Amino acid sequence: MMRNDREELLMYITTTSFAVDDVNLYLDTHPTDQAALEYYQKCNELRKQAVKQYTDYFGPLTANNVNVTNVWTWIDEPWPWEMGR
Amino acid sequence: MWNYEKRLQYPVKIKNTDPKLAQIIISQFGGPDGELAASMRYLSQRYTMPYKEVTGILTDIGTEELAHMEIVSSIIYQLTKNLTIEEIEASGFGPYYVDHTLALWPQAASGTPFTATFFQSKGDPITDLHEDLAAEQKARTTYDNILRLIKDPDIADPIRFLRAREIVHYQRFGESLRIVQDKLDSKNFYAFNPEFDR
Repeated sequence: MMRNDREELLMYITTTSFAVDDVNLYLDTHPTDQAALEYYQKCNELRKQAVKQYTDYFGPLTANNVNVTNVWTWIDEPWPWEMGR
Repeated sequence: MWNYEKRLQYPVKIKNTDPKLAQIIISQFGGPDGELAASMRYLSQRYTMPYKEVTGILTDIGTEELAHMEIVSSIIYQLTKNLTIEEIEASGFGPYYVDHTLALWPQAASGTPFTATFFQSKGDPITDLHEDLAAEQKARTTYDNILRLIKDPDIADPIRFLRAREIVHYQRFGESLRIVQDKLDSKNFYAFNPEFDR
């Protein structure tokens, strides 16, 4: 999987993260549903790979994922509410 | 503990400002059925909840509501970005502007400030889950009311996402209520309060 376009990769992270968050809520009230558990694992794996790729190419999504060089990249733009324009 | 991810749960990309609509939508930030009240409600109720499934759902929905507050705030931010003083005067945004300039501040559409009295944390799981079910429906109605006032698809799109989440959360709270009742006396759900009586 090679996704170089920032917006496309971020949308992929948004999609897989949403699947993870939604099935997370379902599993809270259905903790033994095997199909849901498998779906969670599959989506979470895809999300983790995409987040790693985003971090490597475009910068950190979380402060504890900063690849430390000679400058603190966490505060670099854009903040999510600024991405509209 | 929370970990911030530098992205929105659902993207907000609004091309045209609309301060009139921002003053309406702000109700879902700091109003009586808004996302801030929703998050604080669930995150406050969870500590004394004796059933792990329900503690989990309160934690995770309470967390998702914080992400919804960020979406609503982003909508308001983009609807009021770079307004001129002429636009502020013409749109009736003046009273908000004089107190907050273009910053975000939690209030209802009426101007009423956010207050903890918008929600309850009662310490009884049946009572609290009924509050939560009602809260999700009240938020859904508010989004329906907002959607009738929106013509710009850039704004309607994220609002429709938020509306749909209210319905999913309502479903999960309904399942939570069933889980609680399954653990109580089936002849009298009110025989004792599992958050207090031992």
